Amino acid sequence: MTDSLYLAWQYILNNKIKTAIMVISVTVIIYLPLGLSILVNQSERQLLNRALSTPVLIGSKGSSLDLVINTLYFEPSEFDTLTMKSVERVDETGLAVPIPMHVRFKARGYPIVGTGLEYFNFRGLELESGSNIAFLGDCVIGFLVSSKLDLNPGDTIISSPETMLDISGVYPLKMNIVGVLKESHSPDDKAIFTDMKTAWVIQGLGHGHEDLSKAADKSVLLNVKDGNYTANAKLYQYNTVSQENVDEFHFHGDQSAFPVTAVIAVPSNEKNKTLLMGRYISAGETSQIVKPEKVIEKLLANIFKIKGFLDSVFVIVAVSTLLLLGLVLMLSLRLRSREVQTMYRLGSSRFKIAELLGFEIGIILVVSLFFSSILLIATMRYVSEFIKVFIV
Amino acid sequence: MIKIRELYFEYPKSDFKLSIPELDIKGGAKAAVIGPSGYGKTTFLNLLSGINTPQEGKIEIDSRNIGSLSDSERRSFRISKIGFVFQNFELVEYLTILDNILLPYRINPLLKLTGDVSSRAVELAEQMGLGDKLKRNVTKLSQGEMQRVAICRALLNEPKLLLADEPTGNLDPKNKEITIQALFDYAEQNESTLVTVTHDHGLLGGFDTVIDLAVYAN
Repeated sequence: MTDSLYLAWQYILNNKIKTAIMVISVTVIIYLPLGLSILVNQSERQLLNRALSTPVLIGSKGSSLDLVINTLYFEPSEFDTLTMKSVERVDETGLAVPIPMHVRFKARGYPIVGTGLEYFNFRGLELESGSNIAFLGDCVIGFLVSSKLDLNPGDTIISSPETMLDISGVYPLKMNIVGVLKESHSPDDKAIFTDMKTAWVIQGLGHGHEDLSKAADKSVLLNVKDGNYTANAKLYQYNTVSQENVDEFHFHGDQSAFPVTAVIAVPSNEKNKTLLMGRYISAGETSQIVKPEKVIEKLLANIFKIKGFLDSVFVIVAVSTLLLLGLVLMLSLRLRSREVQTMYRLGSSRFKIAELLGFEIGIILVVSLFFSSILLIATMRYVSEFIKVFIV
Repeated sequence: MIKIRELYFEYPKSDFKLSIPELDIKGGAKAAVIGPSGYGKTTFLNLLSGINTPQEGKIEIDSRNIGSLSDSERRSFRISKIGFVFQNFELVEYLTILDNILLPYRINPLLKLTGDVSSRAVELAEQMGLGDKLKRNVTKLSQGEMQRVAICRALLNEPKLLLADEPTGNLDPKNKEITIQALFDYAEQNESTLVTVTHDHGLLGGFDTVIDLAVYAN
């Protein structure tokens, strides 16, 4: 048997290209369905975990999927916003703790999440370094934001303008990084957390500038009447919040009418959850209340339908590939018929010849299995990171 | 050593027939087999080696009728008693010179590849002037060198019957001389019977017996 293995190995060494092609083909056939299955299962797990840990979401009526994706995974979506009144409404029921969410803007490609301090307790987020948000303009960044952009407490990060063409739109705010969160293996790792007021400042609902009554340059004043000062566009607005100018920041309008993109409601028990959901089912209701796990389960069901179709396609491709490999083997045998005849004439039995050829196929299979295993181990090791970066 | 009686062989669905009423080849003799193309010279060697079996008649080699043996028995007989040098060398392209010489011992469980066998293979190669090329792949050899490798392979198991099918057919005059002399030397030194198919009538003088198959085949 070792002699057959030796001869098979010599054949393979002398037909490296053909062997390599066959090994790659078989490796792909073995790895692809298993790797895909790992990826899908892990994605499902991560998506569901996030959804399961979020009991109830309240948002403006519209796509529940957009609402969940925006609030849980901080992906930008176009939908109507609620107001802070919605937060107060949940609070007044006494059935759940409301956590406001404002996910609209980005800084250097990472989402800015305006929320309250209770969000960190809710998600179990802890600080790696620095301190939590305390003042207007402060932000706490996720683990990935810190590592990718090399940012630490004491650094700053500037919000990105929504559009370069709308000069009356949001303008960049330089936020002060006061803390970095520990890695949580969740979308929170790639977020920049601020308080709601800072988010509103970025949106342009609040701003900071010098006291107009003490303005050194009077040309910035448009009108002064009854102690009310109106400035023109020449007025310089602060683009960063500091200890020196924090008192100059203010908001115009009723803050209860200021926007939130969603409210996470954390009921104390299932009964309160049901009661809370019941409050939002009247005909004239302008908000929607969703269970994120249901939304994600429905999404995954659709994904699995597609996966089922892809699996069928893959089976067809795999069978075709195997048939082609079989054809290659048959043609190879035909080319080697003289070699086989020689061995038979030298006294080899047909069984021995079959053993030799079997070892050649066996070596290809073993090598393919080896490479498939390496790929599968790497997939299992890095799938979480891959999902975090490319999927969730 | 070889006794043929009332031999009849034909290929299925073919007009070829080989009929030999009586033929003896003495042990230790050097016999040349000649005849026009298509007259069964290679078939004759295949019958002697047990690769083909006759439809009728007897082929006795050392008193053993190989025509009556089973496939595995003929194979065992061929492995242990017979060395075969094929018409086109029939070397395995992906093996080295040494591996080609040792090939019968790797593909037959009846033959044990021991250190002695390996040493003998090296010795044979050195006698044939191939001693410094043992690790070289056979595709890098000249025709003459390839034929010498084939001869080493045939002689490795020290056969009592050496069959050679056109061993000099593809060689230049110098290598022809070397090859035929190597076969003659082995036969004489080991008292083995040599049966060689040849088209080269210039070599016939060195043989004890000439068998013209034109007499038997139709």
